Amino acid sequence: MLSVDNLVVRYGAVSAVRDLSLKVGRGELVALLGPNGAGKSSTINALTGLVTPASGRIVLDGQDISRVRTEDRIRAGLTSTPEGRHIFANLTVGENLRLGAATRRDPKGVRGDIDRFLALFPVLSERYGQAAGTLSGGEQQMLAISRSLMSRPKLLLLDEPSLGLAPKIVERIFDFIGELKREGLTLLVVEQNARQALRFADRVYVVSAGTLRYEGPPAELADEHGLFNLYIGG
Amino acid sequence: MDYALQQLLNALAFGAEYSLVALGLAVVFSIMGLVNFAHGEIIGVSAYSVFLAAALGLTSPVVAVLLAVAAAALAAVAFERVAFRPVRYAPTTTGLLTAFGVSIVVQNLFMLLISPKPQSVSILNGLNQMWFVGPFAVSSLQVMELIVSGLTILALVLFLNRSTLGLAIRAASRDFATVRLMGIKANRVIATAFAISGALAGIAAVFIIARRGSVSPDLGFSLVLKAFVACVIGGFGSLAGAAAGGMLLGFIEVGLLVALPQEYGGFKDALTYAIIVALLVYRPEGLLGQRVELGDKEI
Repeated sequence: MLSVDNLVVRYGAVSAVRDLSLKVGRGELVALLGPNGAGKSSTINALTGLVTPASGRIVLDGQDISRVRTEDRIRAGLTSTPEGRHIFANLTVGENLRLGAATRRDPKGVRGDIDRFLALFPVLSERYGQAAGTLSGGEQQMLAISRSLMSRPKLLLLDEPSLGLAPKIVERIFDFIGELKREGLTLLVVEQNARQALRFADRVYVVSAGTLRYEGPPAELADEHGLFNLYIGG
Repeated sequence: MDYALQQLLNALAFGAEYSLVALGLAVVFSIMGLVNFAHGEIIGVSAYSVFLAAALGLTSPVVAVLLAVAAAALAAVAFERVAFRPVRYAPTTTGLLTAFGVSIVVQNLFMLLISPKPQSVSILNGLNQMWFVGPFAVSSLQVMELIVSGLTILALVLFLNRSTLGLAIRAASRDFATVRLMGIKANRVIATAFAISGALAGIAAVFIIARRGSVSPDLGFSLVLKAFVACVIGGFGSLAGAAAGGMLLGFIEVGLLVALPQEYGGFKDALTYAIIVALLVYRPEGLLGQRVELGDKEI
């Protein structure tokens, strides 16, 4: 589904990502773990095209999208729920969901999807006409993921879905992520919260200082205690 | 009574015109952070298009009005495509200097290609008549200006609240990167904002031509300064603020004109700006502006 080869991201003289390669297979949930500043978000932003990589190749479904603009990558079936949620605070919950479906031309299907997410997250239904900025952090995260799914992506990138949320809410968000995987969606989840991310992950990549340190199944990562502690923390 | 009504209408009409132009500045500023000082030249292009069409034999005022609005919208989109797009991601000051550059180039083109002197345009003079409503004499132009501005603002509000592109413009005013993550084309959002900005300027141009009966190269420049002030009063970037600020500016100006004895009339502008400075000391973010908190990871 997604294959990244030798990705390099630089901000001026600083290298955020150095020669990173990874693959996400169809229907897989892949976790990208690492400490703060490891280059996880830079990788995601390079995948969506919001930052331009210095070099490297990004292939989505056999199509090289390295030089494709952000908006056309979304149209090609990739989407991302950014770190910090980035809901449109001045728009209502409903308007946020509508914008998520901006690339679609089937009003009936869009309406159906909105109803589905409102049923799934009743709190969004209660606050449908309210400014999204008035939602709590957890509610905003539910809205942000729902908004991403409105475009019916083939591949969803989730950047730190647990950031700043209470443990109970994090649990709930990851239950939902597990649900999406069961429905057949392909996901790449970037996290600092390793325990939650490993619950549903098929494979794990660990990055630190912009370089890949581990690649393999989650069980082995848990076994290699040194690595786990060094890069992720207990 | 007649005098009071006349002055009220005056204030409303001036306010409406400032609001239209200020809204045009605010729509572009809200999503691009660009203070488009070439906005006055969009009004200029619109006015000179009508002048040229009339010189070439156009006689229909309706066609002239449509031409004014279309020419302004096209000019705004063209300015963006040619001048502002290449500096879109440059620092704000680059955009500001570019806008001044466009303004100077276009004003000089008017001077070189047409004339530095005001040129008479009479095609829209028919809009400016005296209407008698009961015992009152009112200017038809002012009544129309008020109604048309009101309808235009209503249409803009509907567009921004109902259409996907309108929602995208509102969203982009806070978070452009995430709008692109929705698969919405950045160029389309920006071109639409410029087209709206231009159309608003074109509508203002119609009223300016009808009132003055002439066009000159610096026609829009002082109006854009007033509109800039209106935006500052209302809170820069806030559309409701721009409309409210324009209206308030109209009322302050006409109010001072009425209140000041004739021999002190020259102080009108100084007092206007003194009131605005006092207002900003009290509310630095403007009447309807908000202090926007920027995230720590803005892209």
